[in-house]
Amino acid sequence: MEDAAELLEQGRQEIAACEDLAGLDEVRVRYLGKKGRLTELLKGLGALSAEARPAAGQVINEAKQALQAALAARKEYLEGEGERRAIEGERLDVTLPGRGEGMGGLHPVTRTMRRMETIFRQAGFEVHTGPEVEDEFHNFEALNIPEHHPARAMHDTFYFGDGRLLRTHTSPVQIRSMRTQGAPIRLIAPGRVYRCDSDQTHSPMFHQVEGLLVDRGVSFAHLKAVLHDFLERFFERKVRLRFRPSYFPFTEPSAEVDVEWGDGWLEVLGCGMVHPRVLEFGGIDPEEFTGYAFGMGVERLAMLRYGVRDLRLFFDNDLRFLRQFNQGAVR
Amino acid sequence: MKISERWLREWVDPPADTAGIVSQLTMAGLEVDTVTPAAPAFSSVVVGLVETVDPHPDADKLSVCRVDVGTGEKLGIVCGAPNVRPGMKAPVALVGGMLPGGMKIKRAKLRGVESVGMLCSERELGLGESHEGLWDLPGDAPVGADLRDWLSLDDSVIDIDLTPNRGDCFSVLGIAREVALLNVLPLGGPAIQPVAAASGDEFPIEVRAPEACPRFVGRVIRGLKPDARTPLWMREKLRRAGLRPIHPVVDVTNIVMLELGQPMHGFDLGTLRDGIIVRMADPGERITLLDGKEAELEADTLVIADHGGPRAVAGIMGGEDSGVTEQTRDIFFEVAFFAPLAIAGRARRLGLHTDASLRFERGVDPMQQRRAIEHATALLTEIAGGVPGPVMERVAGEHLPARTPVKLRRERLSLLLGHAVPDAEIERILRGLGMDIEPTADGWTATPPSHRFDIALEVDLIEEVARIHGYEHLPEARGAGGSVLGDASESRVPASRLADVLVSRGYQEVITYSFVDPAVQSALFPDEPSLPLSNPISSELSQMRVSLWPGLVHALKRNLSRRQGHIRIFEYGLKFILEDNELKQLNTISGLLAGARWPEQWGTPSARFDFHDAKADVEALLGLTTGEFEFKAAVHSALHPGQSARILRNGRCAGWIGALHPRLVRALDLELVPLLWELDEDVSFATELPVFEAISRFPAIRRDIAVLVEKHIQAQDLLDCIRATGGLHLTESMVFDVYSGDRIDSSLKSVAFGLILQDSSRTLTDDEADRVVGDVVTRLESEFGARIRD
Repeated sequence: MEDAAELLEQGRQEIAACEDLAGLDEVRVRYLGKKGRLTELLKGLGALSAEARPAAGQVINEAKQALQAALAARKEYLEGEGERRAIEGERLDVTLPGRGEGMGGLHPVTRTMRRMETIFRQAGFEVHTGPEVEDEFHNFEALNIPEHHPARAMHDTFYFGDGRLLRTHTSPVQIRSMRTQGAPIRLIAPGRVYRCDSDQTHSPMFHQVEGLLVDRGVSFAHLKAVLHDFLERFFERKVRLRFRPSYFPFTEPSAEVDVEWGDGWLEVLGCGMVHPRVLEFGGIDPEEFTGYAFGMGVERLAMLRYGVRDLRLFFDNDLRFLRQFNQGAVR
Repeated sequence: MKISERWLREWVDPPADTAGIVSQLTMAGLEVDTVTPAAPAFSSVVVGLVETVDPHPDADKLSVCRVDVGTGEKLGIVCGAPNVRPGMKAPVALVGGMLPGGMKIKRAKLRGVESVGMLCSERELGLGESHEGLWDLPGDAPVGADLRDWLSLDDSVIDIDLTPNRGDCFSVLGIAREVALLNVLPLGGPAIQPVAAASGDEFPIEVRAPEACPRFVGRVIRGLKPDARTPLWMREKLRRAGLRPIHPVVDVTNIVMLELGQPMHGFDLGTLRDGIIVRMADPGERITLLDGKEAELEADTLVIADHGGPRAVAGIMGGEDSGVTEQTRDIFFEVAFFAPLAIAGRARRLGLHTDASLRFERGVDPMQQRRAIEHATALLTEIAGGVPGPVMERVAGEHLPARTPVKLRRERLSLLLGHAVPDAEIERILRGLGMDIEPTADGWTATPPSHRFDIALEVDLIEEVARIHGYEHLPEARGAGGSVLGDASESRVPASRLADVLVSRGYQEVITYSFVDPAVQSALFPDEPSLPLSNPISSELSQMRVSLWPGLVHALKRNLSRRQGHIRIFEYGLKFILEDNELKQLNTISGLLAGARWPEQWGTPSARFDFHDAKADVEALLGLTTGEFEFKAAVHSALHPGQSARILRNGRCAGWIGALHPRLVRALDLELVPLLWELDEDVSFATELPVFEAISRFPAIRRDIAVLVEKHIQAQDLLDCIRATGGLHLTESMVFDVYSGDRIDSSLKSVAFGLILQDSSRTLTDDEADRVVGDVVTRLESEFGARIRD
């Protein structure tokens, strides 16, 4: 009959020598399995005298418990060791870039128009749109630009030869909206406009945001304030403005607005009080209602805001240019 | 319009300096474009008298001159000009002086002969084009005088960008009127006195179109001196206004036009037959104009004719045959008021844009024709002599523009400006503008002066008051119209949302022109009629787009040439569709994918974009709506016939998707095959409110089936069949695998479906699930000849 203490010692050595869980289990079976060596020892207790049995049983049981503890400890160790090894094998280069498609971005003109819309929407201006192929009535006549008016010649209009034309400004939207909605009305009309002119500072297509507010008691003072507030929000800083008298057939008094820029003034928009004839064309009584209107060039504002120097870049659609405007918060 | 500051100051001389005047003008609505010096910088240039001219001993083309510059000492100057002669007066740049461009004058030896100073041409001084030789100054030029002082060259040319309503400002007089008012100064100007007739010479005048020409003034002047030259002071005034001296008669008419704003014309009297007739042109009548071009006239064009035919197009340009020449001794001056509407647009139609038409179109003062002809007579007889006849005038008073009183209400002015301008200030401004004003119970009536064509309404007066009072003195006020709430509609997916989804999926937004190259457009859409521009900027931008694809393909090409290998772009905008001759302007969103599926990176298999990449993007967009969409294989002229689908919503075409047709890929010389998609916004993105549905608490059963079908059978048809057969318990079904290859017959493919079955009120039994699957399989077998794949 084997000696329990010796078996324990042998078992411990075998356990310590185990390098994987399967081997460890084999050791367990060899000692503690149904036919294991310690199990056999326990079975052999029956051959002892009744007096000797308890003491011998206790020795064997202690050895069994000690071996079980050693097995558990070794198991825990081996499991931990396995995980450590697995982790080591799964170690990555976290400096490599993430996988997949990146973010795209909005065109800088859209980005600019969105900011303009956001600013005006918060003051209750609704966004209205209209057709780009227009007729003479909405683009000129209803805006107080009759045929032969010198302002017509100055518009460099694209024509289709049948009375239709490409709108030269977003002002026709004013007329359409006044005629369907009446007064009071408060809207902005962003969109594409067209002039038959192309060089470094002129594009045959560009974007405007038109604004119109008609209500009772609207004055030039309100116009001055809304544009001052808008430009300060757009440029996110205090700006000095200069309202210069100018002439547009559809507003009176009319003004061009310059922003102080560096050591000079830069023209950024045109505006004025809606001409009474235009209100009449819009079906609104000019004695009861007055209103202001303004029109701004989106590319112009985008160029100032982002430091773009060449207008033509906006329509060249060079991805290397467009991607420069993908960062930053835009609502 | 260019105006010399010194000329302006002859009329009104405010204490303000040049910058001050410029700022005043700009802030009064007369926007100053540029201010340039009347002469470039040069110094120590004086009037010299060439006393002797001797040949240079050593050079054929050089002369050695002795020049008196008024200092007592005579200068020896070597000169190469061919026109140098004894007795000539010419500018001399003295030693120590500087010429335009910075060239310093030093003592020099030219081929051994010392030269002290330099005789100059006009061009060397930056004062003209002529470099034929020395500037031949007039005989009365004072020897030794500094040229800058003598010619008043220290002057600024102010270029003003006039708005079309201010025709009255197209003259020194017009600008001076404004400056005088802005500075509260009286208006000066030259005394223009009538020149008495020295003969009884008249010439018959008949005005047959008095509506178009309500006032016509003429005068005969005979016996002009043959050697008359336009004096230097006049040449300088013309030069500073951007005009060139031509002939004393023409120069005088130009001076009067620049000074008073009244265009006029001088005919060679000897070429006129029997008398002047002012009439409308006969259709098809021809005239050769002063610019040498022949014009064919239309019936609405006013002409100054004689009994032989038209001699000038009224208010636009004179005829070549009746113009003054070196030989002209007798002239006929014509000064008229032409109605703006009788002139407007005619010059443009003739391809002309003249100083005269510019002024007549915008309105010339109908009261100053006599004054103009007197001024011109005085100027001309002073420089060229001649015997003036009496002034002849034909007036149709009823056709002269009426200046009617305009009402101005104090309250209305305050309301519109948001500011109460004091009464005294309003009256000062209106009077200063030349208006007759009368007080009324609630304000005034004001009658505008004859030179103003833009004052007919109350608001015109309000603008004038605001303009002169100064916009900078008007206040700001907030809160127009009170506050209103915005809306937040859920009936349509906003375009901004579509853009944001695409941006999140890696799309870069582009903006392309709405007019495209007809060659590209007709290659893509040979059967689609499109709207051509009458006056395109170029043939490549001459047709309105019927789709956003031509622009996207153009952007693709541009970026491929810049070595971009991963292109994912979209555009939002209108397309222009002609349907039964009716134009539809449709909001459209389109995308293009080309090149590598992923931006170049580690760890993703390299692959190109394919149809289903594009389709996933389209499905993502359509997933923003509550609508049901179908993709039906269909043929499109621009797309690969085996890789294209029409997108349908309730049977309406919502758009198209596919790979560009291989023929077009070759024709457009593209190195990559782009995938294109396009959605009609109105059809695609109307949406309804989501309606809540309870979520079943009972477990779902999943059953997978794989069937073998012929390759041409489309997954959507199989799915439609499964859904139609599956009944209410089939809550979801999807394709999770498609296989064709070695393990099955080459004419077949295997399609595997996952079926999710569920009841909202109880747990389904396996038997029930088996029954549904059995029905589905039976149906697939009978409809598509499908076989269950084990």
